Amino acid sequence: MKSLEELKALRDQAIKKVDIRKEKNGTRIVVGMATCGIAAGARVIMSALMDEVAKRELQDVTITQTGCIGVCRLEPLIEVYRAGEEKVTYVELTEEKARRIVAEHIVNGNIVKEYTIGSVE
Amino acid sequence: MDFYRAHVLVCGGTGCVSSGSLTIEEMFNKALEEKGLEKEVKVVRTGCFGLCEAGPICIVYPEGSFYSHVKQDDVNRIVEEHLLKGRIVKDLLYIDKAAPVTEIETSINNVGFYKKQKRVALKNCGVINPEIIDEYIAFDGYQALGKALITMSPEDVINEIKKSGLRGRGGGGFPTGLKWEFTRASEGDIKYVACNADEGDPGAFMDRSVLEGDPHSIIEAMALAAYAVGAQKGYVYIRAEYPIAVKRLGIAIAQAKEMGLLGDQIFGTDFSFDMEIRLGAGAFVCGEETALIASIEGERGMPRPKPPFPAQKGIFGKPTVINNVETYAVVPQIILNGSEWFTSFGTERSPGTKVFALGGKINNTGLVEIPMGTTLKEVIFDIGGGIPNGRKFKAVQTGGPSGGCLTEEHLDTPIDFDTLTALGSMMGSGGMIVVDDTNCMVDFARFFLDFTVEESCGKCVPCREGTKRMLEILERITSGNGTMEDLDQLEELAYSIKDSSLCGLGQTAPNPVLSTLKYFRDEYIAHVVDKKCPAGQCQDLLSIVITEDCIGCTACKRVCPVDAISGEVKQLHTIDQAICIKCGACIPKCPKKAIIKQ
Repeated sequence: MKSLEELKALRDQAIKKVDIRKEKNGTRIVVGMATCGIAAGARVIMSALMDEVAKRELQDVTITQTGCIGVCRLEPLIEVYRAGEEKVTYVELTEEKARRIVAEHIVNGNIVKEYTIGSVE
Repeated sequence: MDFYRAHVLVCGGTGCVSSGSLTIEEMFNKALEEKGLEKEVKVVRTGCFGLCEAGPICIVYPEGSFYSHVKQDDVNRIVEEHLLKGRIVKDLLYIDKAAPVTEIETSINNVGFYKKQKRVALKNCGVINPEIIDEYIAFDGYQALGKALITMSPEDVINEIKKSGLRGRGGGGFPTGLKWEFTRASEGDIKYVACNADEGDPGAFMDRSVLEGDPHSIIEAMALAAYAVGAQKGYVYIRAEYPIAVKRLGIAIAQAKEMGLLGDQIFGTDFSFDMEIRLGAGAFVCGEETALIASIEGERGMPRPKPPFPAQKGIFGKPTVINNVETYAVVPQIILNGSEWFTSFGTERSPGTKVFALGGKINNTGLVEIPMGTTLKEVIFDIGGGIPNGRKFKAVQTGGPSGGCLTEEHLDTPIDFDTLTALGSMMGSGGMIVVDDTNCMVDFARFFLDFTVEESCGKCVPCREGTKRMLEILERITSGNGTMEDLDQLEELAYSIKDSSLCGLGQTAPNPVLSTLKYFRDEYIAHVVDKKCPAGQCQDLLSIVITEDCIGCTACKRVCPVDAISGEVKQLHTIDQAICIKCGACIPKCPKKAIIKQ
């Protein structure tokens, strides 16, 4: 260890691996992973979301799952919670749609209107 | 970088390991692999979470779900339900015995046991994987060392510690900053820092938990101390009975060396520091600093008179600063956050927090860290969850075999170094053993004295001979052969041993006897005069009898191992006191609760 900067750089890298254990108020992406969700392909969506978050090195984003929310016919679906915003529910997702949501909504803060439950219904 | 959506933290502290947490960890890994989740969910082995009673413990993040008493059969359910389908397995969550059962807390942060705590020394315990240096660094590890080496002079470091008011957590409560200052002021090219990890009080395990859960904090703190006093080498004296702590500290030292956090020219400065582990054989007296020094040097572990103090003549005759594990554990945070941050907790003369090991008759056996000044009541009832089985609180022993007991009238006492000493007890290293109304206080004192007699090194007469004589008197009393003169002699011996023993072991050994004599004299008198043990614990003073409620079912007769019970079916049974060995096996067998101890 040669300098404080070196240590700080190391910390900033390391922090990403333990971030999940700290209290956070950031973005929460919840994937519907009940039987209906899994059958409709939620696992692919989950993997795509995790891959995007990792690739973009996004901090303060958690991905969790939830059970059935009742609209099984619209699975796979995810819900996005951001501080100060209303919950956004995206439905009938594909891997590409999921990746686009990360890019536009999570990173840039623009809701992808055409995938939301309101516009699909 | 690998991104995991969930972390399963499995406690790898000694408590949970002995209740099988390593098997649980293995099963988690296997179950995750079977479900194809091994790339999404990471299993992390951490140090102690503190609530040892509830082990094995697992915490699932990001939810912070707190699963307690996890059994092998539960692992598949947690993986299948929680980690695959996202449904927290509520019936496996920890249930707070102290809180009204309205709703089960799903997050560890809301559990009553943790709510009143302030974790400073235990900050990383149960949060990081102690065998991975990156995790320590992620939680600001080694930042304090970097800050000190680059922006502070050794005097600045000492001043910051002095201003923080930090007092030694090993028992004595001596101001740490002063100790460092004396060592710095001592003349000599070679100086040493030492860490006293020879934790030996029955029931105390805070040092072990810090070393197991956060070993890097000790390395960082010892490097800071070395920088402050001008030392180049450190020794950690740790008992060999702590294999997990020894192993993890060894791993941590190797990692720190590899990263250049130990060794030459740390952070590009001309400060060099290296350290090694010295294993102790588990002698209680080696926690005394001069005995510890002798043992590190390879001599027999016996204390010597002070002065000279270790700050003047320590390891190999060189100036040495010796601090306890828990003291070191808070040092990096004081340097990083400043002394004012530290003094914002605790009381004026005892700033900061203190870790206590709760044991005995208490619901939440485990490790708690509280701001100094918290009352005994809050610790025992709010955090500790009170006394099990609806029994009544009788006393709490603080400071282990060196301390004394406190009673119900002291429950509202704020805990700090000075209040405990004023009440005839002491902080000690922080063991807290709770006793209820089924414990005999004379026997309790006898237990601790038995320990010190065993552990006395034998160098000075008062401790070697005096404690032995005291033990003999106590044994006389608990077997029903004591006299009132014995009580006076016990006291007289106690004061002479306190005044004339060479080291802390002997000077404090009579404390449990003196404080029980002070607060529970009536129990001693009951043993001596009435030949009765009010708590029903002293076997020799107790007889087991069958009352008129006996229905003659013969259940007791069948279970008696020595055939001391006689009586025909449907007739009143009797116990032959000459034969009875007072094992008590018959008591739970009686359907009418007609067998009692008296």
